[in-house]
Parts: sequence; C-alpha cells; structure tokens
Amino acid sequence: MSGPGLLDAVRCVAGRDLLAALRRRSDVVTTLIFFVIVASLFPLGVGPETAVLRMMGPGVVWVAALLASMLALGRLFASDYADGTLEQLTLAPQPLGMLVLAKVAAHWLASGLPLVIVAPLLGFQFDLGTDALLILLASLLLGTPTLSLIGAIGAALTLGLRGGGALLSLLVLPLYVPVLIFGAGAVEAGAAGLGAAAHLSLLGALLLIALVFAPWATAVALRIAVE
Amino acid sequence: MTAKINWFKYSSPSTFYPLAGRLAPWFFVAAALFAVAGIYVGFFVAPTDAQQGEAYRIIFIHVASAWMSMFLYVIMAFWAGVGLAFNTRLSSMMASAVAPTGALMTFIALWTGALWGKPMWGAWWVWDARLTSELILLFLYLGFMSLQAAIDDARRADKAGAVIALVGVVNVPIIYFSVQWWNTLHQGASVSLTRSPSMAATMLVGMLLMALAFWMYSIAATLLRARCIILDRERNSEWIGQLQESRQ
Repeated sequence: MSGPGLLDAVRCVAGRDLLAALRRRSDVVTTLIFFVIVASLFPLGVGPETAVLRMMGPGVVWVAALLASMLALGRLFASDYADGTLEQLTLAPQPLGMLVLAKVAAHWLASGLPLVIVAPLLGFQFDLGTDALLILLASLLLGTPTLSLIGAIGAALTLGLRGGGALLSLLVLPLYVPVLIFGAGAVEAGAAGLGAAAHLSLLGALLLIALVFAPWATAVALRIAVE
Repeated sequence: MTAKINWFKYSSPSTFYPLAGRLAPWFFVAAALFAVAGIYVGFFVAPTDAQQGEAYRIIFIHVASAWMSMFLYVIMAFWAGVGLAFNTRLSSMMASAVAPTGALMTFIALWTGALWGKPMWGAWWVWDARLTSELILLFLYLGFMSLQAAIDDARRADKAGAVIALVGVVNVPIIYFSVQWWNTLHQGASVSLTRSPSMAATMLVGMLLMALAFWMYSIAATLLRARCIILDRERNSEWIGQLQESRQ
C-alpha cells in the first residue's frame, strides 16, 4: 500500500493552514488593519497636498504592504514549531520544500491576497488614477507572493529565538529591497509614460526565482531550527 | 614509502590557533608597509586630477575598502557554505571572524564615498543603484552578525548564519554590475581584467597598493578574531587547558 502522494500532502498542509487562518480570522484582519493604518499615516505626516501624495502614493502603499507582510511572517511557522507539527513535517517522506511551498501558499492566500485586494482603496486615498491603480494591483499581485517566499526563509531561521520580530526584519528587509524597487518603480514608470512592462517582467522573474529557490532554502533553515 | 601532504592539517582549531598567532603579526606589518607606500604614492606622487582637483585622493581609501567589502562577503559566504556542507567547525568560525571586518570595510566605503560625493556631486548621498546595493550589503553583514548573536547554540548559529550569508551573496554581483545595468551617478569601472585602465598609472599604482594594504589588514584582523572565537568555543577542550599551563 503506498502512502499519501505528494499532491495529497500538499493539499493537506495547505488546507489545514487555510482552515486555521479562517478560524482565527483576527490574525488576518489585524494585518490588514495595520496595512491601512500605516498607509494612512504618511499623508498625515507629509501634509495633504495632492501632487505630493500622488507622487509618493505607490511607494507608500508598497512599503506598507511590505511591512504588513513582514509582520504576518511570525505566524508562518510559530504555532507548528510550538506543538511539534513542524518536526513531523520534517520527518515526512514528502520533500520538505514542497510542504513549505504549501504552507507559504496558504499563508499568502490568508495574509498577502487581502493586502492586494485592499490596496486600490488605499490608492484612492493618494489620488492615483485608474491606470496607476491597475499597475499597482499587478505589481502587488506579483510582489506579495515573492515577499512571502523570501520572508519564509527569515521566519524559518529565527524560529524560537529571542529578539524575534526585530531580528526577522533585519534579516528579511535587505532581501525585500529589489522587490520593493521594482514594484513601486512599475507604478512610477507607468505614470511617467514609460510603460510598466519592464518592471512587471522583472517582478515576475523575481517571483519565479523565489518559487524555485526559497522553499529549498526555507527547508534547510527549518531542519537547522528543528534539530 | 612516499610522504603524503596532509592538506587538512590546519583544519582543526587546535592546529590553526598557533598558525594564526604566528601569521597575524606578519600580515599587520605587511599592511602597514603597503599603507605607507600607498599613501605616499597617493598623496605625493599621483598628479592632480584634471576634473576633480585634489579631492579625488579619497579614492585611495574608498576603492580599496569597497573592493574588500565585496570580496570579504564572498569569502564569508564561501567559508559559511563549506561549514554548512561539510559540518566543519573551523570553517564556520572563519566566516564569523570575517564578518565584522567586512562590515567595517562596507562602512568605510559608504562614508568615504559620501565624503567624496559632497564635493564632487554636491550630495552626501544619492539613491543610485551602486550606493543602494552597497548599503544593502552593510545590512546583510549586520543581519548575519545579529542572527549569530541571537542564537545561543554555536552549531545552530553557524548553520543559520550560513543560510543567510549564502542567500545574500547574490547581492555582490548586483553591486559589481550595477554601474553597467543601471544609469548611475557613480562612475563606471575604470579598472578591468581585460582592458587597459582608464586612469593615470601613478593613480592606479597608489590604488593597488592601498588595496593590498586593506587586504593584508583584513587577513590579519580575521586571523586574530578567529583566534578569539576558537578560544571562546573550544574553551573546554584539553589543548586549551595545556595552553594555559604552558603560559604559566
């Protein structure tokens, strides 16, 4: 009798994480509220002049999405680490990289996708036009999964350590910078009339690279953390 | 019977410790000599630059430290990778020993760059590709050092640091090629392995002498720091106990 196949395992892990996220909706909603509050702080800080806000809007929304995504990372492995599930996952016959991919996918659906959906509303706060909003949406759609994937490496490395969130930020933010530059740059390029295709292509490339390498690196880091 | 070379003789902390102690003073002396030669050439022999006047002379520190910052990161990632792959303690200790010197070099490169940028470009800092990626390099060094500091178990710290160092090594080619890939304010490469340099010979000589000086210093500092790390990590082993006795 053969055990559960790879797809079964992936479906099981992802489904479990999604179910847990649905039952603890407050985690998801808190991240979303943080996103909205941070993005709203900037106009309060720099003043309400529309031209300035329109110029910094994409960057602000992107930074807020980045910070919110980073805050949510702590939840990725913490509860499984605490109750021993993580150790069982590392012992599973299925490749740990694929199980990690399943967890990150579920995490993105619960934390990243809501950010993408709410971002256009924040874009209205900054008086961004429809074209800019569409490009912002596309860039976040490509960028937030990359952020989740890269962040998973940091989350796995800092499992159970004191210094927790701040240390995770220090590790992960330098790696986030290319995604931020191309993401916010896409909207600015679109607004400048140069077209966002180049930036969006590079974002797509970063996503593909992250899809291939990040689960592997995360799996290595998880084994280090668990042993 | 043929005598075989033991290539791994110095792979053990107990043999590497005295070797590092014997080598470090020589590297310090070499660093001092190269630095004196380099500064002499840089300040008294190299001519005044046609466009930049005298202020360009900070190049003799800026370029050397920038080269070392990138080189040391690759070395750190290499040793950390070796330690992760082969589970050797000394390799990871070398990576941890290199990190602070690398961070220092990056810091010096950023600051001397700013001091040069103010008279040349009129700005202490611009967010162009090379400066931004060099700043990211500093954060990567600091992240590596913080992660290792936050983990109490030395072996877990070694391996975790190795993962973050290897993930970050992709930044070094980005720094190096940033002036080709982007429109940057920072000037392009004047020195190449394949073309003749586009700067005066005396300036080039001064720059290379200072680069060697920084390199010798980095090696010396790393060797001394590695000795400290060995003493700390291996403090319960017998050979260190014998070291203490032979001192008294």
